[in-house]
Amino acid sequence: MNEAAPMTLPAAPIDSRGILARLRESRLLLGMVFLFPAAVILLVFLTYPLGLGIWLGFTDTQIGRPGIFIGLENYEDLWTDSVFWLAVFNTILYTVVASVVKFALGLWLALILNERLPFKAFFRAIVLLPWVVPTVLSAIAFWWIYDAQFSIVSWSLIRLGIIDRPINFLGDPTLARASVIAANIWRGIPFVAITLLAGLQTISPSLYEAATLDGANGWQRFRHVTLPMLTPIIAVVMTFSVLFTFTDFQLIYVLTRGGPVNATHLMATLSFQRAIPGGHLGEGAAIAVAMIPFLLAAILFSYFGMQRRRWQQGGRD
Amino acid sequence: MANVSIRDVRKAYGATEVIHGVSIDIADGEFVVLVGPSGCGKSTLLRMIAGLEQITGGHIAIGERVVNNLPPKERDIAMVFQNYALYPHMTVSQNMAFSLRLRGAPKSEIEASVRRAAEILGLLPLLERYPRQLSGGQRQRVAMGRAIVRNPQVFLFDEPLSNLDAKLRVAMRTEIKELHQRLKTTTVYVTHDQVEAMTMADKIVVMHDGIVEQMGSPLDLYDQPDNIFVAGFIGSPSMNFLKGRVADDGSATFRAEGGAVLPLASVPEGAAGRAAVYGIRPEHIDLSDDGVPAEVTVVEPTGSEIQVFAKIGDEQITAIFRERHRFEPGATIRLAPERDQVHLFDAETGKRLGGLVQDDKQPSDRRMKSGGR
Ligand SMILES: Nc1ncnc2c1ncn2[C@@H]1O[C@H](COP(=O)(O)OP(=O)(O)OP(=O)(O)O)[C@@H](O)[C@H]1O
Ligand SMILES: [Mg+2]
Repeated sequence: MNEAAPMTLPAAPIDSRGILARLRESRLLLGMVFLFPAAVILLVFLTYPLGLGIWLGFTDTQIGRPGIFIGLENYEDLWTDSVFWLAVFNTILYTVVASVVKFALGLWLALILNERLPFKAFFRAIVLLPWVVPTVLSAIAFWWIYDAQFSIVSWSLIRLGIIDRPINFLGDPTLARASVIAANIWRGIPFVAITLLAGLQTISPSLYEAATLDGANGWQRFRHVTLPMLTPIIAVVMTFSVLFTFTDFQLIYVLTRGGPVNATHLMATLSFQRAIPGGHLGEGAAIAVAMIPFLLAAILFSYFGMQRRRWQQGGRD
Repeated sequence: MANVSIRDVRKAYGATEVIHGVSIDIADGEFVVLVGPSGCGKSTLLRMIAGLEQITGGHIAIGERVVNNLPPKERDIAMVFQNYALYPHMTVSQNMAFSLRLRGAPKSEIEASVRRAAEILGLLPLLERYPRQLSGGQRQRVAMGRAIVRNPQVFLFDEPLSNLDAKLRVAMRTEIKELHQRLKTTTVYVTHDQVEAMTMADKIVVMHDGIVEQMGSPLDLYDQPDNIFVAGFIGSPSMNFLKGRVADDGSATFRAEGGAVLPLASVPEGAAGRAAVYGIRPEHIDLSDDGVPAEVTVVEPTGSEIQVFAKIGDEQITAIFRERHRFEPGATIRLAPERDQVHLFDAETGKRLGGLVQDDKQPSDRRMKSGGR
């Protein structure tokens, strides 16, 4: 506001001009005009639901009954709720394991795709496939793959004589956790791989040649050229990947609905479970709000992670 | 330091051969410039010396070692790239230290080498900067510093000055030359700028379409071009060429297609009556009352000299005068080639016909054609 004031001042004494002319002079007003549509969209579709969610978390609203403000009661309840804490644990486990594996496999795939290989375009298209298929569709596919009786994995292993009865993928708590994580990894790899590939392609080949002449072997070229040049993109990709994974809902909901015995409940699915089928909108909202600090932490982490790259910012010392 | 010998080297990408057998001998401490038009294979040849490209045929030796199958890091060479290829995430000193660090040299030695190179190149105040924070000329110097630090047997430069502005280019040219005089490291320098080649080289190798057209000292190439290509490539502005026939009436003259009669110092053996190309450099044309009439089209004074574009019949001709004559476009002037500076080339093969008359050396031992061994 302060900065804009001097710009509008010169226009003020000349009142004889039309309002349109003055509008054109004023950067502040003009800026507001242009900002308006975007601001409305943000307010209606982002700020309002978010605000409503936060507000609901402080009430005991149920479906069909408006609630009253009850302060932190929902959060106090959650604090002693073992299912909630299990969901927090599950979410963190799910996010950490899936993200780490997605990063490792995605980077590996990107490095392979960046090499000269035959049918490059074909392979790149294939890699994108899991990302293009709607989540629910791929979740249903995985549902079949993990089916207690008709699982193709079990069938193959039995045929090969490695096991003698079907694996109960989604029935056993540990197996169920591993299964949903695997499905999430499958789905998330393309995003990581393709984005990192785009990053790899911006690295000038002459840097590798210079490093080769400087005596670097393959690993040293990766360590001293590829990795540092890729760090900024890795930071962005992994931030998004972590956010997507942390808030994942569809895969879990289709595959396990949080079961068995809540072993695969994530915060997002638990929040939905409590709010809609369970009817306790307030409590569900409180769980959702509890995700915010984690997400903020992830964003801040990558923000500061990216800030330290001084070499990218030219000009100043 | 070492000599480099390139023997009948070929390079093919798939089925297309882009270097067709090149042989060059580079003496220990020599500064050799590879020059030629774009796409003639200079970079490819340099990269084969560096080990960045496979050698399809022939062999390259550095010192006494044939390096065909040695990986780049064992060839003991350093290369300066056209785009410098500095590591953007490393400071100037880290950039220069990188190769020594990989080699596992002790810290004190690395520091000493980097400081020494930085001192030579005037980089001491910039050691902690990142490449982004440097000007083009400074980056260029860092790239050279990175090469110097390694104390290699051979320096390779691939058009290192082409990203700099004209003034800086001239300054860096001198700097590189000075550096070479100081370090006396064998150097192979690629450029497409013949002025750069003329001013820097001990020996120039003129390449064209994957072969060596001619090599020799800058003045050799200027005085005794082997063929039309070299004659036109070396020298700025380039040599004038007029098509026509050598007179067969016993007079030492050349009859151009437009009818103009031009003087020769003598008729080379067997050249009388032959279809030929008459070559004369712009700086070897004088004004004279008995000269060939030509119509001035454009006059370009540069202060130190005047460049005149004129027409003899239909042929465009360029002349340079150091004296401040007055020329008017449209006026007719009389141009007289200095007869002992005339070059004659065969009209079909483009090869030189005879030597310059003033020149009493054997032309044949000056001419070192590729694959001529
Ligand atoms: N990787 C490649 N595959 C196929 N042909 C190539 C390849 N690299 C270079 N060439 C061809 O080899 C020839 C020589 O290329 P080179 O880069 O050596 O030219 P140059 O003399 O350095 O030219 P410039 O002055 O433009 O750098 C060119 O005709 C080019 O098209
Ligand atoms: Mg080149």
